[in-house]
Amino acid sequence: MRAPDHPVLSKGDVLLAVENVSLGFGGVKALTDVSFDIRKSEIRAIIGPNGAGKTSMLNCINGFYYPTEGRITFKGVKRPKMRPYEAARGGIARTFQNVALFKSMSTLDNIMAGRSIRMTSSFFWQLFRHGPAMREEVEHRRFVEEIIDFLEIQHIRKVPVGRLPYGLQKRVELGRALAMEPELLLLDEPMAGMNLEEKEDMSRFILEVNQQYGTTIALIEHDMGVVMDLSDRVVVLEYGRKIADGTPDEVKRNQRVIDAYLGVAH
Amino acid sequence: MFYREAGQFKTNYVADSAIFPLREDRIGIGLIVLAAYALAFIGNSFLLQAVMIPFLVFSLASIGLNILTGYTGLLSLGTGAFMGVGAYACYKLMTAFPEVNVIVWIFVSGFFSAAIGALFGLPSLRIKGFYLAVATLAAQFFLQWCFIRIPWLVNYNVSGALDAPLRTLFGIPIVGATATPQTRYLVVLTIVIVLTLIASNLVHGRIGRMWIAIRDMDLAAELMGIRPLQTKLLAFAVSSYYCGVAGALLVFLWYGGAEYDVFNINQSFFILFMVIIGGLGSLIGSFFGAALIFILPIVLGIVLPALFEPFGISVGADVIEHLRFMIVGALIIFFLIVEPHGLARLWQIGKQKLLVWPFPY
Repeated sequence: MRAPDHPVLSKGDVLLAVENVSLGFGGVKALTDVSFDIRKSEIRAIIGPNGAGKTSMLNCINGFYYPTEGRITFKGVKRPKMRPYEAARGGIARTFQNVALFKSMSTLDNIMAGRSIRMTSSFFWQLFRHGPAMREEVEHRRFVEEIIDFLEIQHIRKVPVGRLPYGLQKRVELGRALAMEPELLLLDEPMAGMNLEEKEDMSRFILEVNQQYGTTIALIEHDMGVVMDLSDRVVVLEYGRKIADGTPDEVKRNQRVIDAYLGVAH
Repeated sequence: MFYREAGQFKTNYVADSAIFPLREDRIGIGLIVLAAYALAFIGNSFLLQAVMIPFLVFSLASIGLNILTGYTGLLSLGTGAFMGVGAYACYKLMTAFPEVNVIVWIFVSGFFSAAIGALFGLPSLRIKGFYLAVATLAAQFFLQWCFIRIPWLVNYNVSGALDAPLRTLFGIPIVGATATPQTRYLVVLTIVIVLTLIASNLVHGRIGRMWIAIRDMDLAAELMGIRPLQTKLLAFAVSSYYCGVAGALLVFLWYGGAEYDVFNINQSFFILFMVIIGGLGSLIGSFFGAALIFILPIVLGIVLPALFEPFGISVGADVIEHLRFMIVGALIIFFLIVEPHGLARLWQIGKQKLLVWPFPY
């Protein structure tokens, strides 16, 4: 697997900045005045109790929602209102809390589908499945096979993903996101519903992606052990507001975070 | 025994991503194509004209609808109208430019229905499922209205019907009253094979994956950079292209002339049933569906009287007709209960079992 094509930013620069973002649906405020940044090549965790607005935050970042107030800057440019596919073409990939694979397609085809935006052969050649179309297919297949090797899913290459157990589906979904060669990878609860062994595998993959290819990762996770071990910095949300931001150690000692998770005596 | 995956190793990605990776499958397909061509020379004119040509035409239309409904997951009830656009476009083109070969116009006429199809596909960005089906009904009614009300489409023919003027290929009549069933069948067969091949190339490549992605999980597809509108409109255009060509073939190589009501809502439903029973998202299923819905009643019409004859029971034609409806209806229900994913899935399961036969797994 290659690193992203044009590394514009070096490690540690701000890749994505969220500034004073608020998001409301009618009377309901999902996010209120949230600011944080994600730096190049770091693993950034977003945590918080249920309903804190974590997924809404991701949805803003990849263009599902447009913040009612505030702005999001990606690679130094303020983002206009955009559709999710534009965010994807800009280099933001994502996995879902509930697996969102293409159920009837095989593992291979799912990950190949992740290459769609990088495949450019014309419709004309697609009609014949020869010449440029076939060359491109093979070239991208080679890339996809590297991902399959990396995630150790060779044995299920041709199995329709609908038939796979949950843990493997999560892994295929990560593979599909990696196939986009994203600059920013958003993982929405990559370890939900997994057993210890699967969590260890997934953690290993996340760390390897981050270290070997320098991919910036923002992840939502409820398993505190995982979050504290994996992430470089953690942002904590509660009721749509940011209550803490810092290294795992700082966040762990923060009284407001402890209160949010354990509750306070009133 | 003869159908085994074992021992067939793929050493490059081209071979591994072949549409038929198994040698036996390739041989099987080759044999079927050969047999189909051989049929032109051994089949009688009833078999060719009344069974095989319509079967192929409906198969082609089913492939068209399958691309839209089966692969991209967009329900359409406008198939009949899109077939009509192809037929009327072909008629206008072949009468306006008689010097150009009719085969060319049959292929070109598909582009007209592709354009119209893409136009009526625009609502698909916003609406899905049954609601989209209702929106495509607008295409069905509006286009049918055009076929009736715009006499220009039939060159101001007083009867309001399409007729098939004589057209030849290498001096042999292929369209018109003097064209023999044999030549018509060969032309239809070749066109259907070429277009099926192209459809198969499309659905197995990048575009097919994008269509299926939209069908299976449109939000995830969009988050992977797949543009929903373009992808859906492309599906509408390609689908309507196939329907349009099928419509042109229906009028000029099967009916030999037709009126607007050939392309009514019943035709749309007829094709939709073929697609559902054959198997959504399967090209071979389109052929199965067309066979079950179109050929089976014909076969029953011949077989049923012959079944009663040895027992000296004489049954009237009306009883045969009723029996035919009952049997076909019962079979449709039976197949849908046994395998809701259509005949194509049954075929696939059969092949899987055959691969390991005589062992259960």
